[in-house]
Amino acid sequence: MLLSLLLAVAIAALRLRDLFAVVMLFGIYSLLTALFFMDLDAVDVAFTEAAVGAGVSTILLLAALRLVGRYEKPHRHNPLLPLVVVCATGAALIYGLSDAPRFGDANAPAQTHVAPRYLSEGPAETGLPNVVTAVLASYRGFDTLGETVVVFTAGLAVLLLLGMSSPSPIPDFGSEDDQRMQRHAAKGLIPFILLYALYVQFHGDFGAGGGFQAGVIFAAGLVLYDLVLGHLHTRQVIQDGLLIRLGALGVLIYGCVGLYSLLSGQPYLDYSALAKDPVHGQHLGILLVELGVGLTVFSIITLIYYAFSARRVKA
Amino acid sequence: MIDTLTGLFNYWVAVILMMTGLYVVVAQNNLVKKLVGLGLFQASIFIFYISIGKVAGGAPPIIEPGVELYSNPLPHVLILTAIVVGVATTAVGLSLVVRISESYGSVEENDINQADRLAELETGDDQA
Repeated sequence: MLLSLLLAVAIAALRLRDLFAVVMLFGIYSLLTALFFMDLDAVDVAFTEAAVGAGVSTILLLAALRLVGRYEKPHRHNPLLPLVVVCATGAALIYGLSDAPRFGDANAPAQTHVAPRYLSEGPAETGLPNVVTAVLASYRGFDTLGETVVVFTAGLAVLLLLGMSSPSPIPDFGSEDDQRMQRHAAKGLIPFILLYALYVQFHGDFGAGGGFQAGVIFAAGLVLYDLVLGHLHTRQVIQDGLLIRLGALGVLIYGCVGLYSLLSGQPYLDYSALAKDPVHGQHLGILLVELGVGLTVFSIITLIYYAFSARRVKA
Repeated sequence: MIDTLTGLFNYWVAVILMMTGLYVVVAQNNLVKKLVGLGLFQASIFIFYISIGKVAGGAPPIIEPGVELYSNPLPHVLILTAIVVGVATTAVGLSLVVRISESYGSVEENDINQADRLAELETGDDQA
């Protein structure tokens, strides 16, 4: 059911010329995907998709539309060749899937390799009931370190491309009265969003959540604040320079935890070295690493948003 | 037959969504729309992975006493990080589009190619 809705939204997005509507449909698509993930037990992923897809990426796309124009030009092209290629590829993929393990099969190869070990030993080895966090931060710590660095690098790339100009004066969307309702509603919501992000950050080892989710939710809260109260207010609260440093600090924390375990004679990112009791060490290491991830993700996403919103429209 | 249909339906939808995304990337002319198509493509792969990780009758992989069967946590980890990396890379793509729009005055692929060809012709004339 959800999947059919997804298809409908995707095809509608394909056909529209008004890019504003396309972006909105893309937001709906993300929200539907999040619901679908929830349905398939992937609570952590649903969390992230809802905050990123329906929140941050929609706003980034809209900010880009402000700079490049809202309408697509009508154009003539021959859709035949792409259509043939796409249909052929699709048919090949569907043919290839015909002997794939059936959906939900507990004996599928994907379910029988490392996952049972994570599920049975994870809580005992790391002391965390949330296996997703344990795998993310400890078993696959290298991977996550790499991803944090990618996020950081992407932030740097955006800064290099767009620069850090001083923010343009607050665009006038209408008189104060028009927005009074939104302002009051948002002002009431924002503290709770930020508080919730902190909860997600520090409770991620026991329930659903973790550094990635918390960073994105915190950034979404700040972006909302910025949208409602105007650029200058947010920049008074957190300045760009501070954000760059925070982003770097996050990566640094992650790297240094690894370095510490290396210096104590353990393999890189083996958190057992952090405390006398290995389980306690694992727990501490995961908390620190998640803190680093959260800091980097939050500051880079906010920074990217700043870069887009501060850019002036060129005639 | 019914078993095949329900057993593979999720994967088929993922493939169709992926192909929709691919079609947008290949056939559309507008660069912002191409990025949205790339997003559709990406999301279809997320759906595929999470579908693979589902175990029928399983619970979310947060260990609780009394629950025996859990879904596979590994695809969740991979996709969770991929989503955040995805938004960061989309931002890089968008900032490239913004720069292209500023220097070419357009984000339509045809116009950009034409402008490039014109510029090439002019420099060719200079050299000759």
